[in-house]
Amino acid sequence: MSRDEVTRLEIGSDVQIAGARQAVRQAAVAAGFSLVEQTKIVTAASELARNTLVHGGGGHMELAVVENSGGHGIRLTFTDDGPGIPDVDVALSDGYSTGNGLGLGLGGARRLVQDFTIESRPGGGTTVTAVAWSRMAQRVPR
Amino acid sequence: MTSVGSDGSGAATVAQVLETRGEQVAQQWADLPLFRNVYTTGRDAAVAAAHRLVRVLAEVARHGRLDDTSAPDFERVRPHLAQTVTARTRSGATHQQITAEVAELKRPLLEIVARETGGADGAVAAVELMGTLRVVVVEIALSEGAELIDRQRAQLLEISNPVIKLWDGVVAVPLIGTLDSARTQVVMEALLQAIVDQNAGMAILDITGVPMVDTVVAQYLLKTAMAVRLMGAECVISGIRPQIAQTIVQLGIDLGDITTRATLADALKWALGKAGVSVVVGEG
Ligand SMILES: Nc1ncnc2c1ncn2[C@@H]1O[C@H](COP(=O)(O)OP(=O)(O)OP(=O)(O)O)[C@@H](O)[C@H]1O
Ligand SMILES: [Mg+2]
Repeated sequence: MSRDEVTRLEIGSDVQIAGARQAVRQAAVAAGFSLVEQTKIVTAASELARNTLVHGGGGHMELAVVENSGGHGIRLTFTDDGPGIPDVDVALSDGYSTGNGLGLGLGGARRLVQDFTIESRPGGGTTVTAVAWSRMAQRVPR
Repeated sequence: MTSVGSDGSGAATVAQVLETRGEQVAQQWADLPLFRNVYTTGRDAAVAAAHRLVRVLAEVARHGRLDDTSAPDFERVRPHLAQTVTARTRSGATHQQITAEVAELKRPLLEIVARETGGADGAVAAVELMGTLRVVVVEIALSEGAELIDRQRAQLLEISNPVIKLWDGVVAVPLIGTLDSARTQVVMEALLQAIVDQNAGMAILDITGVPMVDTVVAQYLLKTAMAVRLMGAECVISGIRPQIAQTIVQLGIDLGDITTRATLADALKWALGKAGVSVVVGEG
């Protein structure tokens, strides 16, 4: 069901985070996302890309356009070789930050998309996958 | 006629040619693209500019510093060369084109040196001198480029977020584009300064032009609002479009007790109300 159009972008600087946001915005427009849907996935991408840079020490984002019988979706995969997240549930809870952020990025990104998974081991890097579907595609039972 | 000195000093030879035949060299250079393309208003200006360069090169050679790009004599033409480089860059010339145009100056000089002197020393020295000039121009072009980028960046920072006075005591910044820390810093400083200068009691941060509010942008907004309050003024955030409102809620961002309004017009109405000015919509 997935049309494998995968784009890979480095996440190593603020400028590259901005580039990732723009790529996601373009893909969302092309996939027929509404303005609200675009803004949600772009905002989630911004949070996850910044976590990759700030907490993971940099990495990359893979952007894929996926589809089902109802419409299109966007799958974003953020990967880094950083320190990993010792306790994912704690990291996801609102207000938890080991830096000086608001501690809302990870949990907020999860709420902004439909599918969300985190794979992380202490010392073994982190991979976060987020998938958002357009409204029409969301109606199709998964 | 000059002949190569017994000491083999090509530099002195070139210096002498440039001094005695400077006018001739300048006349020929003025017709080459480097000068012709810059001094489009008249040939006299091109000749004068070329002559200025000839005199400086003569002194560089006279001081025997043919290969010295930091020779103090070059300092005197640096501003003129910088102007030339800037003018050529503005009209679309690339660095390669500019250096190629500088390289074209070599041939007429070599011809005159050959005519005036017998030996090869003068020609070798002239080639070296012109090579040095080329390096100096490349250096200038590179630093001009870097300066241009810095200047444009600084201008962008200011231009994209002007603080405007909407009413006595009411200032506003329409924020446009992505907010990074450098821009937020500029916005915050400009806004706080405007509050002081205009003795403003109300400040409106309008985010209609901001494509996305994530946790970092939200933090910037919160910090700016807090700073405005510390100055004794009230802060309103306006231009919160539906898609932005939804993402702010889903991220779980708490804007606290900061006043928010959907549009800049609503924010202004609120500010005027606070200031005791009532807005009456006239009929007819
Ligand atoms: N890729 C990652 N690698 C390692 N640790 C991470 C990663 N992503 C998140 N974390 C951990 O999870 C915590 C919570 O992340 P979250 O994005 O919610 O908050 P934050 O980044 O600290 O602040 P902000 O609200 O600005 O995003 C982080 O402080 C960090 O300790
Ligand atoms: Mg974060």
